Amino acid sequence: MSGVEAQFRLQLDRFVLDAALHAPSAKITALFGPSGSGKTTILRCIAGLERAHGNLTVDGEVWQDDKHFRPTHQRPIGYVFQEPSLFAHLSVRENLLYGWKRVPVAQRLVTVDGVVEWLGLRQLLDRRDPSALSGGEKQRVAIGRALLTSPRLLLMDEPLAALDNASKTAILAALQRLQRELALPVLYVSHALDEVARLADHVVLLEAGRVVAEGPLHATLARLDLPTAELEDTLSVLDATVAEHDDTYHQTRLSCAGGGLWVSRVQAPIGTSVRARVRAHDVALATEPPHQTSVSNVLSGRIVDLRDGDADAVLVRIDLDGAALLARITKRSRDRLKLHEGQAILAMVKSVAVLA
Amino acid sequence: MLLPLDADDASALWLTLRLASVVTVLLLAIATPLAWWLAYTRSTSARVVSALVALPLVLPPTVLGFYLLLVLGPHGAVGRVTQALHLGTLPFSFAGLVVGSMIFSLPFAVQPLHNAFVAVGRRQLEVAASLRAGPIDRFLSVAVPLARPGFLTAAILVFAHTMGEFGVVLMLGGNIPGQTRVLSVAMYNHVEAMDYTAAHALAAIMVVGSFVLLLGLRAMGDRRHEERP
Repeated sequence: MSGVEAQFRLQLDRFVLDAALHAPSAKITALFGPSGSGKTTILRCIAGLERAHGNLTVDGEVWQDDKHFRPTHQRPIGYVFQEPSLFAHLSVRENLLYGWKRVPVAQRLVTVDGVVEWLGLRQLLDRRDPSALSGGEKQRVAIGRALLTSPRLLLMDEPLAALDNASKTAILAALQRLQRELALPVLYVSHALDEVARLADHVVLLEAGRVVAEGPLHATLARLDLPTAELEDTLSVLDATVAEHDDTYHQTRLSCAGGGLWVSRVQAPIGTSVRARVRAHDVALATEPPHQTSVSNVLSGRIVDLRDGDADAVLVRIDLDGAALLARITKRSRDRLKLHEGQAILAMVKSVAVLA
Repeated sequence: MLLPLDADDASALWLTLRLASVVTVLLLAIATPLAWWLAYTRSTSARVVSALVALPLVLPPTVLGFYLLLVLGPHGAVGRVTQALHLGTLPFSFAGLVVGSMIFSLPFAVQPLHNAFVAVGRRQLEVAASLRAGPIDRFLSVAVPLARPGFLTAAILVFAHTMGEFGVVLMLGGNIPGQTRVLSVAMYNHVEAMDYTAAHALAAIMVVGSFVLLLGLRAMGDRRHEERP
């Protein structure tokens, strides 16, 4: 079996972890859930930093079962902690090479120059004191340090939580590039839906130490029966292709299931695959084509699910030729338009963010 | 020699320096694993061990010396073992002074090291483990360098404490010139004999020596800071 197969039981004070999960190989799997749901504990169990009951197999190799427990330093992982945790007594270069030196030459899959280039660390290499780096710089060094051990599994525990938006965007872009080039499976802990939508291919949803749901990103986020649907910023992810650039209005047309979307100019050649993020509260519904409206993005689909949310809200799931789109409308509008499952509908998208 | 030291005082000074050096080296070797265990164990016995280690801090040195004399003496538990091994007995010998001083100074070595290891924290060691460093490797490449100030403090405290020790030495070592007569005992003898000039010389050596030691360490600490841009 490829990828990560894990099953853990662990009691820590009053918290009980009882989770089984699967992370496909060569993909980014997000562990998503509120704080205290056990995301970090699962990561620590996979790293061998916490000793739970259960078993763990990575790419067919048993790392833990009833009889065996491979200690952390013998697991080919890279672990990026929430705080960069650079070694204060070592220079930036020595920090980066700490793990690299301890990996046998034959097992090295990356080069120092390659990693330094990917993460833009060149001008930091000769800095003596890592505590003088900025937060984003520190975390880039920590990611580089982990990657230089040529891990077969990268574990990241909210590595961007403490960073400003500019650093976040830069690191996310570098991570995506890295992941594609190395085909490295990544387990990424996050409680930010935006990060998950941008990065993940696969999602494991956790709540109170248990796995609530698991599956491909798009399909999982589109489920109305999961706690993600209740989130204020709940969203859908649509796979799209850059179809046309318009110089007059500085816009780009993306083609996706259900039609096309005009968005602010995207710096990417025609034919590039991108992810479009649409927040549920940015989607309005219409039963017939609207004529005079400022909304230029209208996708056609069919209602497949309706579920009451908090107070006056209703969540509607729309099927766009196989892709799913969520809309959050009011109960008043639902009743006025007599919306029901199976009905053909037009989704007016007020705002789209292009993720990658 | 500029200082008016006679041969006996010079030998007492030399003996004291040897004692302090031997005790410092041996005690750091023992206190390091003990402090490490205390810092990272989840065992409940750590409290008992920690209290035992701190005991010499509160006990009068003469009480400690008295018990050591009994235990290490010919009829004591340890004394019988050392005699059975044809090692003789420890009291009234240099080895006895070393053992007594080590027990007396144990908390001065363990506590700074313990604090330093706690300050290093589990996280740094977990990071090292995730970067393929085994247990001994992590200890030497991460814990020791990060705990360096703790080692320095422990070494100074133990050395200085042993240099000035009186009560345990007197009970356990007596006053044998060249073997167990250390600086503080020699000085006490001079004062008893109303030879204040000789006592002054020894006291001055202690004051100047301690000051130079501390000054040197301060300078080392400063240089370490300057290394960092």
